[in-house]
Amino acid sequence: MPALATFDLTKEYAVGFWRQRPYRALDGLTLHVEPGEVFGFLGPNGAGKTTTLKLLMQLVFPTSGRAEILGRPVGDLGVRRRIGYLPENPYFYDYLTAEELLAYFAGLFGYAGAERTRRVSQLLDEVGVGAERRLQLRKFSKGMLQRVGIAQALINDPELVILDEPMSGLDPLGRRDVRSLILKLRDRGCTVFFSSHVLSDAEALCHRVAIMAKGRLATSGRLSDLLQFQARGWELVVAAAPDALHAALSAAATRAVTIGGGRHSYEFPLTESPDRLVRDVTAAGASLVSLNPLRETLEDLFVQNVLHPDVVTRDRGLGRPSAAGSAR
Amino acid sequence: MSVVPLIARSVFRESVRDKVLYNLVGFALLLMAASYLIGQLTAGQDVKIIKDLGLAATSLFGLFIAVFIGIGLVSKEVEKRSIYALLAKPIRRHELVVGKYVGLLLTLAVNIAVMTIALYAVLGYMAWMAGPDAARGWERPALDPALLPALLLTFFELALVTAIAVFFSTFSTPVLSAAFTVALFLAGRFSADLRNFNQVVDAPLASALTRGLYWLLPNLGPFDVRAQVVHGQPITLGYLALTVGYAVLYSAALVAAASFIFSRRDFK
Repeated sequence: MPALATFDLTKEYAVGFWRQRPYRALDGLTLHVEPGEVFGFLGPNGAGKTTTLKLLMQLVFPTSGRAEILGRPVGDLGVRRRIGYLPENPYFYDYLTAEELLAYFAGLFGYAGAERTRRVSQLLDEVGVGAERRLQLRKFSKGMLQRVGIAQALINDPELVILDEPMSGLDPLGRRDVRSLILKLRDRGCTVFFSSHVLSDAEALCHRVAIMAKGRLATSGRLSDLLQFQARGWELVVAAAPDALHAALSAAATRAVTIGGGRHSYEFPLTESPDRLVRDVTAAGASLVSLNPLRETLEDLFVQNVLHPDVVTRDRGLGRPSAAGSAR
Repeated sequence: MSVVPLIARSVFRESVRDKVLYNLVGFALLLMAASYLIGQLTAGQDVKIIKDLGLAATSLFGLFIAVFIGIGLVSKEVEKRSIYALLAKPIRRHELVVGKYVGLLLTLAVNIAVMTIALYAVLGYMAWMAGPDAARGWERPALDPALLPALLLTFFELALVTAIAVFFSTFSTPVLSAAFTVALFLAGRFSADLRNFNQVVDAPLASALTRGLYWLLPNLGPFDVRAQVVHGQPITLGYLALTVGYAVLYSAALVAAASFIFSRRDFK
């Protein structure tokens, strides 16, 4: 039983004032997330990520199709007891403190007394909210609100956590903390489904990803299946290159970029000999900074799918027939 | 355990910390204190004026609280998106609407209690300053318990106004909700004129329309018993029960309609 599944999920909004016409924010999304996996839901603004997450939380209702969480229809109160949700840019009550907010939400799950106090305190420690927990939330920075948002999503020790842009508004330290929190959740056996723009985070955390473009699923699958991990060329970085060497390398390279500090970066096809490149650089008296194989990154895949969603369509899911070529 | 009391308690806690509330209660108390000064200018009528102004201030500032905080309860949650995290919890949408409404009723009750204590304090001070001889000439005693039914009816009138505010705020913007609520409050206060419209204008269609509106719109006239109370006319238990019953039924219908709309709403 998948932790989360959508079946041809579609959402249209009415747009326009006088003559309303439908705008399809999500178009036939079919997706499965397996229990215990960390799943990255990627895509640019307007790709339909937040709409999907809102449909899963029943903040909006589908035009057609359906979704299930932990084998039950979304909206089932029993299911809500077993999941956590962090909305995008979360905002809470101005005049409640972080402790009071969490105690309130814990109460909605039936926690009471000392257990509730212990749970609230433990979670605020876990997300790095210290003495500020007794301040009213209107005095919180965006990053601190995000931490409180994550804590409230975990208040019921959920089996599945749905996070909408969990890294949004966080400084590098905060992002590192959230990454380690997601890994801790994974180690605990919790399924994590998160949307993000930050591809490096997805690359570091996810078992599988889905890339959305223009309301449709462009591709989904394991990162190892989606990305071509074999080298597709070489990247050479050289410092203090004489003009003649720079001209020769630029002519042979598929891409040459000046990266500042007297350094240049060149990309060569796989056919180029790395030994020859090193020899040429050394012979010209330039300094070799680095020579690395070029591999396809998630960013490359993202750009391909987002810019040309109709050309590149890959679905390398777990072999479920409904997941393959789902949105087309 | 039902989640409604938890939601209501949170609304109450959030409301009592809102500076707007303190400002409104502060203004009401100031007005009551000022009524003492005004009372000094009108020989023999001073206690009546304080009672009249005190009851009016309770009603007016209670109305502000009901409208502005009532509208904020749902529409502010939607506008600021705090509702997203809340609706992801194991609660039904109608429980949220009812919890919010009950929380505001609690806030209103506490505020009216504070204003009632302040009013009786001003009246007590007045009686103490005037002395027993002057007090014997008053139609009703300064600390007249007959003010309490008037305050009770004010509370139920505001409960109805709050239900109107909550109803509109489930599908409209805060500004429009405030405008609709105040418009309905005013129409409700003058709904007797709608019933008697045919005596003023000889137009059958307009008369039928106003008669229809009379039955549809809330009739808030019966909740205003200030004049009777101040002039010592009794408010019967039957009248009180009927008026309170009307407020309870009308409010319940509005909260049910608000819950129905809210349960089907998309939060884009």
